Amino acid sequence: MQVILRLILKRLAAAALTLLLVSVIVFTITSLLPGDAAQTALGQNATPAAVAALRLKLGLDEPAILRYLHWLSGLLSGHPGYSYSDGLPVSALIAKRLPESLLLAAATAVVSVPIALTFGILAAMYRGSMLDRTLSTTALAMVAVPEFLVATVGVLIFAVKLRWVSALTFELDHPSLREFLRGYTLPVLSLCFAVVAQMARMTRAAIVDQLRQPYAEMAALKGVSTSRIVLTHALPNAVGPIVNAIALSLSFLLGGTIIVETIFDYPGIARLMVDAVSYRDMPVLQTCAMIFSAAYLGLVLIADVCAILSNPKLRRQ
Amino acid sequence: MNHSPTTKAPAQDAGLSRRQVLRGFAAAGALAATSQFSVARAEGPRVGGRIRVASVLSSIADTLDPARGALSTDYTRHYMIYSGLTQFDSRLEAKPGLATSIESDDATLWTVKLRAGVEFHDGKPLTPADVVYSLLRLKDPATGSQVLAIASQIADVRATGPLEVQIRLSAPNVDLPVILADSHFLIVQYGAADFRTAIGTGPYSCVDFNPGVRTLARRNPNYWKPGKPYLEQIELVGISDESSRVNAMLAGDLQLINGVNPRSVQRIRSSSGYTVHETPSGLYTDLVMRQDSRPTNDPDFVLAMKYLLNRDEILQAVFLGHAVLANDQPVPPSSRYYCPDIPQRQYDPDKGRFLLRKAGLGQTHLAMYASPAAERSVDIATLVQESATSAGLALQVNRVPADGYWSNCWMKHPLTFGNINPRPTVDMLFSTFFQSDSPLNESGWRDARFDALLLSARSERNESRRKQMYWDMQKRVHESCGVGIPAFINLIDACDRRLKGYFPIPIGGLMGYNFAEHVWLDD
Repeated sequence: MQVILRLILKRLAAAALTLLLVSVIVFTITSLLPGDAAQTALGQNATPAAVAALRLKLGLDEPAILRYLHWLSGLLSGHPGYSYSDGLPVSALIAKRLPESLLLAAATAVVSVPIALTFGILAAMYRGSMLDRTLSTTALAMVAVPEFLVATVGVLIFAVKLRWVSALTFELDHPSLREFLRGYTLPVLSLCFAVVAQMARMTRAAIVDQLRQPYAEMAALKGVSTSRIVLTHALPNAVGPIVNAIALSLSFLLGGTIIVETIFDYPGIARLMVDAVSYRDMPVLQTCAMIFSAAYLGLVLIADVCAILSNPKLRRQ
Repeated sequence: MNHSPTTKAPAQDAGLSRRQVLRGFAAAGALAATSQFSVARAEGPRVGGRIRVASVLSSIADTLDPARGALSTDYTRHYMIYSGLTQFDSRLEAKPGLATSIESDDATLWTVKLRAGVEFHDGKPLTPADVVYSLLRLKDPATGSQVLAIASQIADVRATGPLEVQIRLSAPNVDLPVILADSHFLIVQYGAADFRTAIGTGPYSCVDFNPGVRTLARRNPNYWKPGKPYLEQIELVGISDESSRVNAMLAGDLQLINGVNPRSVQRIRSSSGYTVHETPSGLYTDLVMRQDSRPTNDPDFVLAMKYLLNRDEILQAVFLGHAVLANDQPVPPSSRYYCPDIPQRQYDPDKGRFLLRKAGLGQTHLAMYASPAAERSVDIATLVQESATSAGLALQVNRVPADGYWSNCWMKHPLTFGNINPRPTVDMLFSTFFQSDSPLNESGWRDARFDALLLSARSERNESRRKQMYWDMQKRVHESCGVGIPAFINLIDACDRRLKGYFPIPIGGLMGYNFAEHVWLDD
């Protein structure tokens, strides 16, 4: 157990450093973008006088390094500043959007992970068979079709033509199960298209890799059934890479859903970040970047811990 | 130029007294808006029903502050929640709003009489202090107001009675009543500053506002127009992807949308439950030729490019006919100040080639910047490039992203595309984009006579003389200004057929962003 605790502490320290570096890089790149928050807010009405006044109000007249330090010290004390665009506290904006993103990610994970594992395990059990080839081709075809196409065709057929589901996902105050299904089916399925393939293929590869080991061969020679070899012998040993693949896919579900959010008008955090880029809204952008990076690092850490726990050899190191 | 208007003549023609000429609106106090569509309907409007409306964009820059409204979604939201001193009618003339009359003897000092018994959503009465506060904050640079330049014409606003306000301008402007109908001039409550929520006197009160997500508004039962509005609830969202917007409406999730692409019109019309409303407007995408760099400042080059705009082709190929032919003058045919006397400039590659050769520009390579930010400019640029090639000019189309286009490209290179939204008055349009010293003078065009006419027209109280001035100005722009305007773009909305009471107000889509108080939902 101590090994794991030490690992977690070490990784958390490294994560803090990584986040700091990310924030510096994001800030620098944003500063390099043409135009600033005052200019973009005023658009065509950006006369020099109006821009100067707005810059003064937003504190954009300060040197960049000071603005960065202000934001950083604010974040460390739990208050990541105010949005340049609408003057609301960044924390309030995130508090409204993050739960929505988490809900979408959770719903997608609940659907996609079992499908992907089933695909991967079946393909590994019957590798080389017709079933394996069909599943692999299906998975590859799913990942090859762009999300916007899947989503738009889905909307045309199931929302416009058949009217089974909703074409947009609205904010519902107390959704019933039926309303929830109406609103979430299409976005969740579109996202599943994007993430299932990766997880399924990694699962298949990891299990096949285990099945090539002498112990699997031994079990087969002793007459153990294929399903038992795969499920009780190979699968536990393949947990490490599989959890890793799942973690990577889940981190995509938090920040990489911009296309689905746009098409279904879903109020998630990816769109918030894209808005923040187009309006040069540094406090919002920086905070979103921190959340995505932290989530990514957190998921990878969890995956590693799972891998260690599942492997007695690593546990004792 | 048959008649040169003088500015000092007294305004006593046509038997009108000064006071009558300068009345903000003809029938002060009458609620004219209700009569406009009473003819068209068989049954009366019904109270009740909820609709969901999608505009073209919603982001964290959404605001409840009318002064900072920057996009159609903002204007729509603000007209739902707030009322103005005046309102636009379908001809963009001022109708009574919170003001029952606006009068002036000299177009400089205006007396505004406020409507009695108007209540804010929180029950507080409307007072002159609210009006004074709402107008003066537009002048304060710290407000971040989109109309800082226009509002700086307001020298002072004072309460002069329990229901009376005086507005003193720094110079005469007969358009004040029309300007006050603009969404940025809507009346907020005295002291309103953080705009986390909104309290207005408008037809709907704000229930929920989540920037970039939605605005939820409920019927204001104490609205100052008896019987109005009709809908129980409106949810306003912004969907930037046009096909998502159209699909969601056809799927029954939305009842009204704007920004419909001409390509979707046929599809919507052929559906059973939905229809399209088209508003001819003053919106245009123009070719901007800067007068402060070479070779675009050569008058022959400017004229050549105007002859090389194949307007008919642009109208048909780019806008699929959902536009109105323009003639390098920025006032649309729907305006009462439109000058019909200017002969239409036709596509003429021979004349173009001749003028280019005259300017010595046979072999010049020139970059032309187009962007999705300026509506359809990339398509227009491709057509211009084609006709320029046929006239011997090598133009290169630089397609740049929408992001940052207005601050970094537009007006910065010799040849760019602009996109000008309809303006409530010809004066606003001219003084923002054509006056010599305006920071947004698109082409950097300098014409002393134009500037003089602009100032005279602003204080000219005689309507026919004013019209003559605007006509002369349009001729000058048509002849020598560095902008080529191929077409006025129609604004296309679509809605559920059960939504009734729609009529176009050419300042923008969604009935000039004002649909909320006019429409109702049939059973």
